Amino acid sequence: MNASHDYDLECTGVSKNFGRLRAVDEVSFKIPSGSFFSILGPSGCGKTTLMRMIAGFEDPTAGDVKIKGTSVLNTPPNKRNVKMVFQHLALFPMMNVYENIAYGLRCNGAGKAEIEQKVKRVLERIALPDVGEREIHQLSGGQKQRIAIARCMVLDPDVLLLDEPLGALDLKLREAMKIELKLLQHQFNTTFVYITHDQSEALVMSDNVAVMNHGKFEQIGSPQQLYHNPASAFVAGFVGDANRWKGRVLEAAGGGIRVETAAGLGLVGTAGSGQSPQTGDTVEVFVRPEFIRTGKGGAAPAANHNHLEGVVDSLLFNGANSRVLVRTGSGELIEADVTLTGGADDVQPGETVILTWSPDQALCFAARADR
Amino acid sequence: MSQSDIKRLSLILLFMPFALWILLLIVLPHIGMGVLALREKVAPRVYEFGFGNFIEFLQEPIYWNTLLRTGSMSLLVTALALLAGFPIAYYIAKVAGWRTRGALFLLCLVPLWVSDLIRAFGWILLLRETGVVSSMLQTIGLLNAPVELLYNDVTVVIGLVYTVILFMIVPLVSTLDGMDDAMIEAGYNLGGNGWTVLRRIIIPYAMPGIVSGCIIVFMLTAGSYLTPILLGGKNSSWFTETIYEQFITRYNWESGAAFGFLLLAFTSFVVWLGLKLSRQTLAGTIARS
Repeated sequence: MNASHDYDLECTGVSKNFGRLRAVDEVSFKIPSGSFFSILGPSGCGKTTLMRMIAGFEDPTAGDVKIKGTSVLNTPPNKRNVKMVFQHLALFPMMNVYENIAYGLRCNGAGKAEIEQKVKRVLERIALPDVGEREIHQLSGGQKQRIAIARCMVLDPDVLLLDEPLGALDLKLREAMKIELKLLQHQFNTTFVYITHDQSEALVMSDNVAVMNHGKFEQIGSPQQLYHNPASAFVAGFVGDANRWKGRVLEAAGGGIRVETAAGLGLVGTAGSGQSPQTGDTVEVFVRPEFIRTGKGGAAPAANHNHLEGVVDSLLFNGANSRVLVRTGSGELIEADVTLTGGADDVQPGETVILTWSPDQALCFAARADR
Repeated sequence: MSQSDIKRLSLILLFMPFALWILLLIVLPHIGMGVLALREKVAPRVYEFGFGNFIEFLQEPIYWNTLLRTGSMSLLVTALALLAGFPIAYYIAKVAGWRTRGALFLLCLVPLWVSDLIRAFGWILLLRETGVVSSMLQTIGLLNAPVELLYNDVTVVIGLVYTVILFMIVPLVSTLDGMDDAMIEAGYNLGGNGWTVLRRIIIPYAMPGIVSGCIIVFMLTAGSYLTPILLGGKNSSWFTETIYEQFITRYNWESGAAFGFLLLAFTSFVVWLGLKLSRQTLAGTIARS
């Protein structure tokens, strides 16, 4: 492989206008070969439009889309070697499973023996070797999902696009399919571009995630980078859960930034990446629930840590992901992760607890005008 | 009266108009026609049970030729209505925005507000020797003498297509409407060109609509009377005309009734054949739309 093929998909300055609305705004990214790339964003952020441009169903207003180093702007959708798994899968109900998978091969003019062999092999790879003769409506949700992927993968695409394909599945199946998709991607070793609004899908499966908002990419990075070093307030708020406060900077000296929230809660935080808040600025502070320790007093907290006293308002029991809602003296509700063992040590509603967290875990971003 | 009795009574009352309609206007007349068709006139006012009327039909080539001609022309009309109706239906269901869609659909319905008769006279006004088309062609110098455009098969076929095309468009729009646009895009995405997508995806998907539209249109055409008579003239040789003649002109109700049954049997056979060939069922097509 030569250098120009290191990236299966490259977008440079891609924009799309619908009338006066700019759906996609100057998006640039490169996806290394064989990786799992997710585009994560709220609905209406332009991610579907971006994907439709890659597939060729929309023409970009500006910018270039390159697949394996070659621009595909003038290539019609049926000639691009980019296959797509649609949101509702779009399996052809009038054909059986075999015909669905064979359709693309037939379009490419493959011979009968070749089709038969390829379909058989792809069905084995998705671990559904015996469903060829079944009708689409006889398949379960997870099976349909895999057939939709097989239908694309049998054509050996350079890039596989997936448009929120798990949205229609129930929770349990969705969890299972996340893992399965990741395994399938490893197995086929093809670049997957996965579009979703569900951050857990993006974080679990991806090598790299792009967070998209209002047509722009806010940040591209590994799931860990996005989670621990968000580049903007939007990313900090959108990826993972966080307690979020708006406040004014009282003092911005050295490492720590002292902030007082609107309700009068004082805390110390660190500037988020690329941020340099000055005294008097309005900032947003993000603290993830898992970084807040809930204690019943006793051991003294580390000197420089934030610590607050509050009353447990309610327990949100969810097994290993249980949380408490703590109401502080200033009246704000803070979410914190707790371990509930079912023993006598567990916090109870109405109890007074002390919350502590390190200033490193409280990221401050300049507050933008509210949208 | 118990609750369940009231329920049953109201169900019966609701069902009554339909049952009466079927019984009095469809079943009874057909029984009467059947009895009529199966009796032979042996002398004035003397009748015998027998298949004489049907045998007469088979022995007289003009009769079964007319029936075959009606059948084949109806098939032609059906095919033309499908060819012309499919793009219209596709445009309404898939291309037009939802606002224009309603307006276009309404435009398709507008001709139905005018009676068949008036519309046929409209065609006459356009196509007769002194009509609009003929005189216009003379004015622009393409013709130097008036031309009679009525009373030929082409005009009859065009007129019939115009009358029945709506009944092709409606079921087509409703099936195409149910088709996810993503399916068409998937067809292209997987490497198909426009023709492949049409042939392998859109048409198979629309098959129930195509078949039910074809059945309705074929039945309407084969059983139509007004348009072939008015546009084709006295010699249009449409089978309904032959039936009319037996009943009214020749006052031979027996053979008229027999011909009526023959037309019914013939069209039913064609529909059955069409369903077999397209591998569709009546329940999956007409009953669904």
